Amino acid sequence: MNALAHPVIRSGFLLALIALFGTGLLAAVNEFTRERIIEQEKQRTLNQLQQIIPTGKFNNDLLTDTIEVNDTEFFHHRDAVTIYRARMDDRPVAALMTVTAPDGYNGDIRLLAGIGIDGTVLGVRIISHRETPGLGDPIELERSDWILGFTGKSLRNPDSRYWTVKKDGGQFDQFTGATISPRAVVRAVHNALLYFETNKRSLFDQPAEHGNTE
Amino acid sequence: MNTIKLKQIFADGTWRQNTGLVVLLGLCPLLAVTNTVINGLALGLATMLTLMVSNLSVSILRGLLKPEIRIPAFVLIIASVVTVVELLMHAFLYDLFRVLGIFIPLIVTNCAIIGRAEAFASRNAPLPSLMDGFATGLGFCLTLVLLGALRELSGRGTLMSGADMLLGEWGSHLAVTIIPEYSGFLLAMLPAGAFFGLALLIAARNAWETRTSETQAQTGITMVAKTHET
Repeated sequence: MNALAHPVIRSGFLLALIALFGTGLLAAVNEFTRERIIEQEKQRTLNQLQQIIPTGKFNNDLLTDTIEVNDTEFFHHRDAVTIYRARMDDRPVAALMTVTAPDGYNGDIRLLAGIGIDGTVLGVRIISHRETPGLGDPIELERSDWILGFTGKSLRNPDSRYWTVKKDGGQFDQFTGATISPRAVVRAVHNALLYFETNKRSLFDQPAEHGNTE
Repeated sequence: MNTIKLKQIFADGTWRQNTGLVVLLGLCPLLAVTNTVINGLALGLATMLTLMVSNLSVSILRGLLKPEIRIPAFVLIIASVVTVVELLMHAFLYDLFRVLGIFIPLIVTNCAIIGRAEAFASRNAPLPSLMDGFATGLGFCLTLVLLGALRELSGRGTLMSGADMLLGEWGSHLAVTIIPEYSGFLLAMLPAGAFFGLALLIAARNAWETRTSETQAQTGITMVAKTHET
């Protein structure tokens, strides 16, 4: 009796062969696309950063000049905040933070908040969210201009107690039928400002952690 | 003879046995991504490509596959193909990849694909199998586009928005606003709207089928080659 001729063994071999071939194919395609995927991810992050701070305003490599902070006291979220530091000829210009608002209607809202060295907001963009389409999603720039309303604001403009939506007595608009999403975003931006105010000095002196963009 | 058979396969895949409207397989992606035409089209094309490659591979290997290992073999083949499609989209259609997200890897779980592998490709030669994959994929893709158009138009008043994600810069000219100053119809954009939309499409298809078969009966035309199953 030839053990190799047994149908079960033969079928096993055949399956293994198919698996091997599939793995080989995937490895090859992965090798072929890897560089480009990394490049795409980088480009996207850079594009987002540049929406907030235009290219002429800094001349360092934003993507590698980053630090990771974990400060639940300010950010109320366990995810680390990546801070991209923009400098012009080594002088600090702005900090761009990926803040996570924990209190969206459907969980986390990730956003990018850019704060100039003078403490004013340069701009805010939503990175990802799961808010209800049509109700909460006007926080995205593609849906409405609401997010642009942060530009130029600071801790003194408006005063801290007005850093919330109008429904709570604040200065920021909510949307028809949706208060929770804008409220969460306003809070997260405010938290970023508070963090920046407190850590402004040390923030730019820390050595860069290596630029892992995602 | 051969072309007649291929024509039949084409008609089966796109109309008579349309995955989305008749067989009702693969409804999860069908309902989930059809909020715009472009999303539907992109997932439809990805599914079509997967169907063609998996059908072709299964058909080529059909002589070797013993009945007891055919299902795991199909799964291996389909999973490999889908992952390749996913990697390629990640690299070359990055924006679209971000929009479709989890639904690209989930093409694996689209029963239509393993269904075609089992019901057709494992019993037929490579060419008809390729044709079957193409036709089934096209039928699915058209359903996605149609449902996407229905929902995008009624939900947002636009058509083809985001075309640049699939086609590059010039695609942005294809985006048209049909109803300006439209305040939007939320229900159409929500998952519930997808069910309503699909129901309307199925109803429309059935009405069409009933009418054509009635007219045929009345005028007494006997369709020899094209007998309808339904």
